[in-house]
Amino acid sequence: METVTITMKNAPALYLEADNVSPDAFAGKKAAQIAELSVHEGNTTSTLGKYFDVSGDAGATAADTKVVVRGDVKKVKYLGFKMTAGELVIEGTADQYVGAWMKGGKILAKGDIGAFAATAMKGGELTVEGNAGNYLGAAYRGDWRGMSGGKILVKGNAGSDIGMYMLGGEIIVNGNADVHVMTHAEGGKTIIKGNAASKLGGQMVEGTIFVFGSIEVMMPGFKPNGEVELEVDGTKAKFAHFIGDMGERHKKKKGVVVYGNLYKKI
Amino acid sequence: MSEYIIKNGHVFDPVQGIKGDKKDIAIKDGKIVDKVGSGAKVIDAKDKTVMAGAVEIHAHIAGPKVNLGRIYRPEDKLFSCTPTKGMERMGGGASIPTTFKTGYEYAKMGYTTAMEAAMPPLFARHVHEEIRDTPIIDEAAFPVFGNNWFVLEYLKNQEIENTAAYIAWLLRVTKGYAVKVVNPGGTEAWGWGLNCLSVNDPVPYFDITPAEIVSGLIDANEYLGLPHSMHIHPNNLGNPGCYETTLDTLKLAEGKKAKNKFGRESVMHLTHSQFHSYGGTNWGDFESKAKEVTDYVNKNKNITIDTGNVTLDETTTMTADGPFEHHLTGLNHLKWANVDVELETAAGVVPYIYSPNISVCAIQWAIGLEIPLMMKDPMRCYITTDHPNAGPFTRYPRVFKWLMSAKARETQINAFKHKDKVLSQTSIGTLDREISLYELAQMTRAGPAKCLGLGAMCGGLAPGMDADVAVYNFNPDKPVADPEDIEKAFSRCAAVFKSGVQVVSNGDIVSNGNKRTLWVNAKVKDNPQVMRDISEKFIKYYSMTQNNYEALGHHFVPNPYALEVDAT
Ligand SMILES: [Zn+2]
Repeated sequence: METVTITMKNAPALYLEADNVSPDAFAGKKAAQIAELSVHEGNTTSTLGKYFDVSGDAGATAADTKVVVRGDVKKVKYLGFKMTAGELVIEGTADQYVGAWMKGGKILAKGDIGAFAATAMKGGELTVEGNAGNYLGAAYRGDWRGMSGGKILVKGNAGSDIGMYMLGGEIIVNGNADVHVMTHAEGGKTIIKGNAASKLGGQMVEGTIFVFGSIEVMMPGFKPNGEVELEVDGTKAKFAHFIGDMGERHKKKKGVVVYGNLYKKI
Repeated sequence: MSEYIIKNGHVFDPVQGIKGDKKDIAIKDGKIVDKVGSGAKVIDAKDKTVMAGAVEIHAHIAGPKVNLGRIYRPEDKLFSCTPTKGMERMGGGASIPTTFKTGYEYAKMGYTTAMEAAMPPLFARHVHEEIRDTPIIDEAAFPVFGNNWFVLEYLKNQEIENTAAYIAWLLRVTKGYAVKVVNPGGTEAWGWGLNCLSVNDPVPYFDITPAEIVSGLIDANEYLGLPHSMHIHPNNLGNPGCYETTLDTLKLAEGKKAKNKFGRESVMHLTHSQFHSYGGTNWGDFESKAKEVTDYVNKNKNITIDTGNVTLDETTTMTADGPFEHHLTGLNHLKWANVDVELETAAGVVPYIYSPNISVCAIQWAIGLEIPLMMKDPMRCYITTDHPNAGPFTRYPRVFKWLMSAKARETQINAFKHKDKVLSQTSIGTLDREISLYELAQMTRAGPAKCLGLGAMCGGLAPGMDADVAVYNFNPDKPVADPEDIEKAFSRCAAVFKSGVQVVSNGDIVSNGNKRTLWVNAKVKDNPQVMRDISEKFIKYYSMTQNNYEALGHHFVPNPYALEVDAT
């Protein structure tokens, strides 16, 4: 695997849309060619090389390419946009849409990431060592197709509206999550190891939420369904089981109505 | 104005009966002429196909429900935006493009005239503002009449003359073009939580049936002698078994004759016939009744139809058939918007994905192609996608490919997940007809122009007609090696002229042209009763005044072109 390192040298005045920073866009290119790829600052299109030093040549394919992003990228959006293979390491804190529409490969964000990360993600892995923003693994604005595959691990806290319209895949938050979790979801799984706020599983059709800590306010649309012993991500414990959202439509599978599930560790 | 000569192209023009002969087309002062001077600019059309600009007879491209779709579907614009380029402003949207993109995309495919198929009269101002902002193409809008309280009250008492006077007034104040009918009576019934699924279901309160509304509106249309016929989206759209309602609706035209000075011969235009040609009793035994519907239309020369081809895309459905959209959101669970328009109509919007992996969608695709392949007279069957309902208008080149190449149809049939079901529930597999370029020109140019009463103005290349000309990179002398070449050629014209101005060159927009809004100015005898009824309805029911209702003046219609009708 070949490594390309891009290091911020001229921080943009406005937010920078860097939708070409991915193993896919870099694959098969020399450092100088990578520096010629386009980025957008406001309504101006310029080159990646205007903002970043580029060192190292990419591998022949995305799978053979590792991209390391260094320096202050707090105002850089779309890192790892639509990536299908390879690796991306973001050493600092990045802005919105990290790994949006990603289908494969691995992203490691060592700092925090902004909102809309992993929008409509279909596969691959996203690991965040810091905190994640709002709408992690959610659907794009107006769309009804959120994250459908892959795995997201947030070691810190996550913002609000994570897993909105989720269809599949897995989100694990080691810290706390803010309001609205898996709203409108029709599949997938979210594990919150810290505390959750309120409105978990609103209008959820299908899917599963686990909460290890407290839930500030339960949705009125979820009803108790007993207690179960479960092993969740390596932790064996007793969970209170709730099903819902009772106000939403639900499919029948083999004659049995399928609800969304909410498990709270006791 | 400049002079042009389009040289050595293969010309297809049903108006003059030209079937691919090599011919020069001369343009002067916005019109087709016999000859131009030696200084005329030469467009080399050697080995290319030359036709008149195409005429769109039914699309939803301007107005409140289109814009509602744009507003509530940001995801439709997500990866479909185009930046500013030369003459072109930025645009976006796949199934509900912005106004600018709408004009550019039609022009690039060689379309120069388009009809907005459903204008809510109350929102005529909005419709005209969008038409104004759609560059290049001439446009007209059809106000909806089939659920309008005036019409329901007049026709209940068989007052054809009053209905006609009201139509004339409404066309004038809304700058409308034709009498459009959507789910007659059913949309009004929807205001009561009901629907009309047959032509005999009574409309609540008004105590009139869809059959009486349709028959009366045909009579009023012919009393006035409007350029276009009554244009109908019948009751019971989109349901298994709906073809019977369609046949009942078509029979309402029996014995009626066209009376107009525009050369139109039909009294009823059945739109998006694909959606109205379904058999079966549920989605499991759903089947094509294209044969039954086209058999009837083939025999009855006073009816014209358009297709409403399903293009197998993700799209946005929108119709003044409010109850249908509510039914649809119950089927696909996607977001639903509904608007009631006081006294007049209602509309709904729901996204829809026509998936090649779903048997119903694949059967709908087949029905949309069976209809034009079964129609004997291409002058009475026009290609549409009921944009955006069955697919975006930008897919016309793909529909042409399927119609012109049995091989292309076979490739698509083989790609369906439920191929066997498509072949058992339709007869698409047995049809080997391939639409010729001449027939395509009939179905997309001369036919719709004639049906709209515009046959003397556009849809053909005879001297004296508007110089709307499309040149395609398609050599009819060479066998088609790959059907994809058809789609490619019809997607981007080599050159397009609108009223004598070159608007497209090598697939790029080179001028915003001089777009016009077509409307019908129908004069009737003074009718104090109707005028009194109108002012009374505004005082008693409408939430706005009559002065704020009218779409008048330069702001709304900056470049009007009125077709004059005298019914005094
Ligand atoms: Zn329509």
